[in-house]
Amino acid sequence: MYDIIIIGAGVTGAAVAREVSRYQAKTCVLEKEEDVCCGASKANSAIIHAGYDAASGSMMAKMNVLGNQMMHQLSEELDFPFVRCGSLLICRRKEDMPALLDIYERGIRNGVGGLRILESREIAEMEPNVTDDAVAALYAPTAGITCPYSLNIALAENAYTNGVEFKFNTEVLNIRKLNIGYEIESSQGIFKTSYVVNAAGVYADKVHNMVCEHKIHITPRRGDYCLLDKSAGNHVGRIIFALPNAEHGKGVLITPTVHGNLLIGPTAVDIENKEGVNTTSEGIDELINKAGLNVKNLPMRQVITSFAGLRAREDNHEFIIEEAIDARGFIDCAGIESPGLSSCPAIGEKVADILKVKLKLNENPDFIRTRKKILNPKMLSSEERNQLINRDPAYGNIICRCEMITEGEIVDAIRRPLGAKSLDGIKRRTRAGMGRCQGGFCTPRVMEIIARECKMSMFDITKSGGSSKIVSGFNKDSV
Amino acid sequence: MNNYDIVIIGGGPAGLAAAVSAKNRGIERVLILERERELGGILNQCIHNGFGLHTFKEELTGPEYAQRFINQVHELKIEYKLSTMVMNITREKKVTVINREEGLFEIEAKAVILAMGCRERARGALNIPGYRPAGIFSAGTAQRLVNIEGYLPGREVAILGSGDIGLIMARRMTLEGASVKVVAELMPYSGGLNRNIVQCLDDYDIPLKLSHTVIDIKGRERIEGIILAKVDNLGKPIRGTEEEYACDTLLLSVGLIPENELSGGIGIDMNSITLGPNVNESFETTVEGVFACGNVLHVHDLVDFVSEEAMVTGRSAADYVLSGLQKPTVFNNNIEVIAVGEVRYTIPVKLNANRMEDILTVRFRVGKVIKNQFISVYFDEKRVIHQKRLIMVPSEMENIKLSKSKLKEYPKLKHIIVKIEEE
Amino acid sequence: MEKRSLICIGCPMGCLLTVEQENGEIINVSGNTCPKGAEYAQKELTNPTRIVTTTVKVENGKIAVVSVKTGRDIPKEKISSCVEALKNITVKAPIIIGDIIIKNVVGTGVDIIATKNVEKQE
Repeated sequence: MYDIIIIGAGVTGAAVAREVSRYQAKTCVLEKEEDVCCGASKANSAIIHAGYDAASGSMMAKMNVLGNQMMHQLSEELDFPFVRCGSLLICRRKEDMPALLDIYERGIRNGVGGLRILESREIAEMEPNVTDDAVAALYAPTAGITCPYSLNIALAENAYTNGVEFKFNTEVLNIRKLNIGYEIESSQGIFKTSYVVNAAGVYADKVHNMVCEHKIHITPRRGDYCLLDKSAGNHVGRIIFALPNAEHGKGVLITPTVHGNLLIGPTAVDIENKEGVNTTSEGIDELINKAGLNVKNLPMRQVITSFAGLRAREDNHEFIIEEAIDARGFIDCAGIESPGLSSCPAIGEKVADILKVKLKLNENPDFIRTRKKILNPKMLSSEERNQLINRDPAYGNIICRCEMITEGEIVDAIRRPLGAKSLDGIKRRTRAGMGRCQGGFCTPRVMEIIARECKMSMFDITKSGGSSKIVSGFNKDSV
Repeated sequence: MNNYDIVIIGGGPAGLAAAVSAKNRGIERVLILERERELGGILNQCIHNGFGLHTFKEELTGPEYAQRFINQVHELKIEYKLSTMVMNITREKKVTVINREEGLFEIEAKAVILAMGCRERARGALNIPGYRPAGIFSAGTAQRLVNIEGYLPGREVAILGSGDIGLIMARRMTLEGASVKVVAELMPYSGGLNRNIVQCLDDYDIPLKLSHTVIDIKGRERIEGIILAKVDNLGKPIRGTEEEYACDTLLLSVGLIPENELSGGIGIDMNSITLGPNVNESFETTVEGVFACGNVLHVHDLVDFVSEEAMVTGRSAADYVLSGLQKPTVFNNNIEVIAVGEVRYTIPVKLNANRMEDILTVRFRVGKVIKNQFISVYFDEKRVIHQKRLIMVPSEMENIKLSKSKLKEYPKLKHIIVKIEEE
Repeated sequence: MEKRSLICIGCPMGCLLTVEQENGEIINVSGNTCPKGAEYAQKELTNPTRIVTTTVKVENGKIAVVSVKTGRDIPKEKISSCVEALKNITVKAPIIIGDIIIKNVVGTGVDIIATKNVEKQE
């Protein structure tokens, strides 16, 4: 019997897990995929929003602004990248100025600091590649960029180190309310728990509705993105937003990434298929066109990949972070669309506070607040690097040529808490496979390392778990 | 001791030939740096026939061709380091390398020869829409899995791209027990050699669909199928021509790109068409003492021409070192070689008649299929070469030869223009 | 009289040949740049042959498979049985280029030989 079961190991579930691990509670995270960070958490804009977008007084606004404020300290504690590069929300037409000013004022109401309206000369000085049509921009110095996988993985690793269990390939099939607590029927067996935290992303409505009379409905909102080579990485120095409209949300943005790439997207298409993460040619064309409205000379020949993510948009377009009215012990973290990433530390804390009170939890005296990421030899001096290679020659063996990732880092990614077991798991933890050649060079080599470290056959190695095997057999085996 | 006369980045066909040539020219300390566990480069996985007709007057497989040069490397006692990655090269020719045994360290060179070869264009660069399942490989990665590791990437195969790598892999996969359903090619003509169409597709009844491309990929975890569509003359898919092919593997043979990560760091002038360095008649780049040859300079089709090019480069680099590094600065007093019209680029882009060997082979590619026209070379206003060619195609590198003696007859020559003329 | 086109695969030039046949006999070949083309046309239409290149499993070597080829071209219709014959063969390292893997594969009179050196795994 658990005290708390968290459904979902995306940024929301992982943030709750980490905050809850400050207390003494038998906690388990159930994740239907093979690894953390497999849903929207791995396919988003990687932006920590300033917090002027959401309606004043809404849970979204509150969590966003708070999460943004918490992000710097969290990034230091958990050793993931976060850069407050600032953002510009571009207004291209004089008649849209009132809309821009509305957003500015909303930002102030929401508690966002440092907001300023810039005029075209200042915009051009700051960002020479922003369109010459820009008449004004809302400058938000507190906006920033992060690595969503690093953030998600860091939260999960820290939670795990502090005693939270994680079960992967575990899909929640049904939940039954008991006299006290809940019984969860999953693809890996039955779990009993006092409290449930529903952080199931696009499936949060399915999970919620298993238990509650009052139903919620989540529409997957697909966003296509294009990622450009690092050579395009300083095309802009800040996040460039378009003026949003009510129908299409925040619109297509252009942003540098913490790794030095340029990211363009997302589109916003409501779909029914909760697994519909396929990009479309219409989506990609649309995002290129829309991005081109706000930024000049986009070097689209430098595209290295495109992908899509599904935002979990609840019908009321608001975060639902509360104990369900008709289901005591069932806490929703539902409808976590944008600004979900920005809000996750605040959501984690809020839910942990609820649980602390409800379950009368005691502090965990052994709580370790910090966590170190995979050692990056590039950050060492030549001397330190050579000492490292001396101790562990694997750090002298470069596996991913594009990103210069060593065997040592890949082995670390496998051996550490909640280690990688698949190519995508390695990719998200080390960046091997994220460069120009998109894994063309390193895939066979990474497979060899996984096979050796995890004592797996090459035939069982997958791209991302399940049936995503890489190779089918030996030469001539069916001849 | 970490200084060498000539350091060669890459132990594939270009690096090997350059090393042998430099050693034979009289250079003592030559070092090859190779990131794989063995010399030979991409030839190690090119187990098919067709290499060496020009060089050795026999048809060899890739590994056999490589071994001919590896044997010479051993006979000449040329040093090499394996499993060694070059991290950085500076203008001062300091090469930073890393390997397990020696760690991270610097090598100083009097001259550097870039021979890093090329890499494949990936799906991402084409923005092929659809899911991102397992089972999508660039043809070269699949070739490595099959020919070096012995693993079959899949059993029901579709191939995008009819360049030689795509065609060769169609045959490889079939021989190893897979079923190749279709080869699709965006252009209205195949990118590979005719002989490969016969031996790799016709022999096995594999259909080739020209003017077609992949417009969607199905399957979430492992690929389950692709949608092909016909394209118009702008390469845009035509509505209503969509056809679905069930498959569990998609191989992409959609372009090779010279691997110039290191070149960028030195501040070498790059050619926007070849995506390789601009070089002169000695294969020297715009940074003195840094030379380039092989696929890193421009993507070749025949390894024999790579070896030829690399041997000239080895000699040039050797001469540079032997002259006490006092050769005239690279790009001064040079004749410009200019590509015009359907001639997409020339290698070299500059030439100095005093420094060239007796015969200089100028290599180039055309931008479309051209029949019954002439390659013309003008020395300023005067046409000096006018050769008919029955057929020229983008996928087969062309060349013309310039003689030193002829060039000496034109001491005031400023421009050499290479163009295609109808008559 | 029948006319057929085929592409010569004797070398990478790939000349387009036109072959005139009457009652199964070849009476003329044109389009070839060298005599090999005429020979090839003759052969291709009466007894087509190919060189087969593939891989064979290695035991105790530094790499898992060694590349091999037929020493000469073999009849085209024997390609699949030739490949099948190699399915269950494993060769022990060390291997030198030219080592005979199978003599007289599937009765063609042609040997399968190694085309790569493979060192023993220490």
